[in-house]
Amino acid sequence: MKKFFIVFGTLFCFAVNAQVKTLSPGEIAPAIKLLNVDGNTVGFDDYPAAKGFIVIFTCNTCPYSKAYEQRVIALNNKYALSGFPVIAINPNDPEASPGDSFEKMKERAALKKYTFPYLYDKDEIITAAYGARNTPHVFLINKTSQGNVIVYTGAIDNDTPDTNPAKIKYAEDAISALLDNKTPATAVTKAIGCRIAWGKNKQN
Amino acid sequence: MKCLMLMLLTFYTGFFASGQKVGAITLNNLDKRIANGKDTTYIINFWATWCAPCIKELNSFEKLDKAYKNEKLKVLLISVDFKSKLNNTLTNFVKKQKIKSEVFLLNENNEQEYINRIDTSWSGAIPATLFIKKDHRKFFEKEFTYDELVKEYQSIK
Repeated sequence: MKKFFIVFGTLFCFAVNAQVKTLSPGEIAPAIKLLNVDGNTVGFDDYPAAKGFIVIFTCNTCPYSKAYEQRVIALNNKYALSGFPVIAINPNDPEASPGDSFEKMKERAALKKYTFPYLYDKDEIITAAYGARNTPHVFLINKTSQGNVIVYTGAIDNDTPDTNPAKIKYAEDAISALLDNKTPATAVTKAIGCRIAWGKNKQN
Repeated sequence: MKCLMLMLLTFYTGFFASGQKVGAITLNNLDKRIANGKDTTYIINFWATWCAPCIKELNSFEKLDKAYKNEKLKVLLISVDFKSKLNNTLTNFVKKQKIKSEVFLLNENNEQEYINRIDTSWSGAIPATLFIKKDHRKFFEKEFTYDELVKEYQSIK
């Protein structure tokens, strides 16, 4: 019985204290290979011509993700042809967040006619590896001779409700800088949004 | 007829008195309020009507507010719902849940700026709670139980 409590206590502490570390600009983006809503697996290798990637951890259910959905679609429409396609990843555990199940992802992607992959991080291993915190959380990646290097992490812009015409478009500004062979002026912002719904026995 | 009017008047007065009017607050005004509060302990909870864990812990904040109403404690529930939700979703929620603690909608435009002004360690997810007593501030990005709230309040007040 005592042993049970020790084990239980340890698990509890992990659940409360352990927190993922968000990867920083300059670090190498971990490789991904995840199931897409179309049934195929998708990874960086599937884009030999890309100059980089706009990886966005986002989901069906979070009001911030919903508010940004159209802007995510617009990012892909604007930058995929210039070499920076969007790769969306749903980081939420479907038990903790039933509206984010693989079936619901398929429905959402079909309804909104996503022009980019919407990947399911079933084991939340990629989410933990990147240290995504909230949805939506952007990781802008630049393909270099050193590998896939993270150049920006954080928010899409500073105006979730999309009402401020003077908003700062961090993600777009960073991509524009890369397209001009420059370093983004702002490399880190806060990914304001909904805390990621971790599964019971997964990384917290 | 007079009787009917009186009844109607009583009904309407009762109706409007039953729910607090939810207003919007800027961080500048919040800072002013805290400065004017002098030795009052402020417990400021950031939440939203769509956030399930936030709603789960609202009762604990209400209970704390009630339990220590004779002490210099002020509980402020600041919603980060989108501004367009103030007069419908948020006001209706407060009315329906009969929330007694003061509720505000955060009236700020630049998210990156306000998150850091509240606390630089804040990732921007809710629930989050700030305890303030004079110059002493403690910030938590977590869900609170009632007992944890009492403990934190006792340690800062």
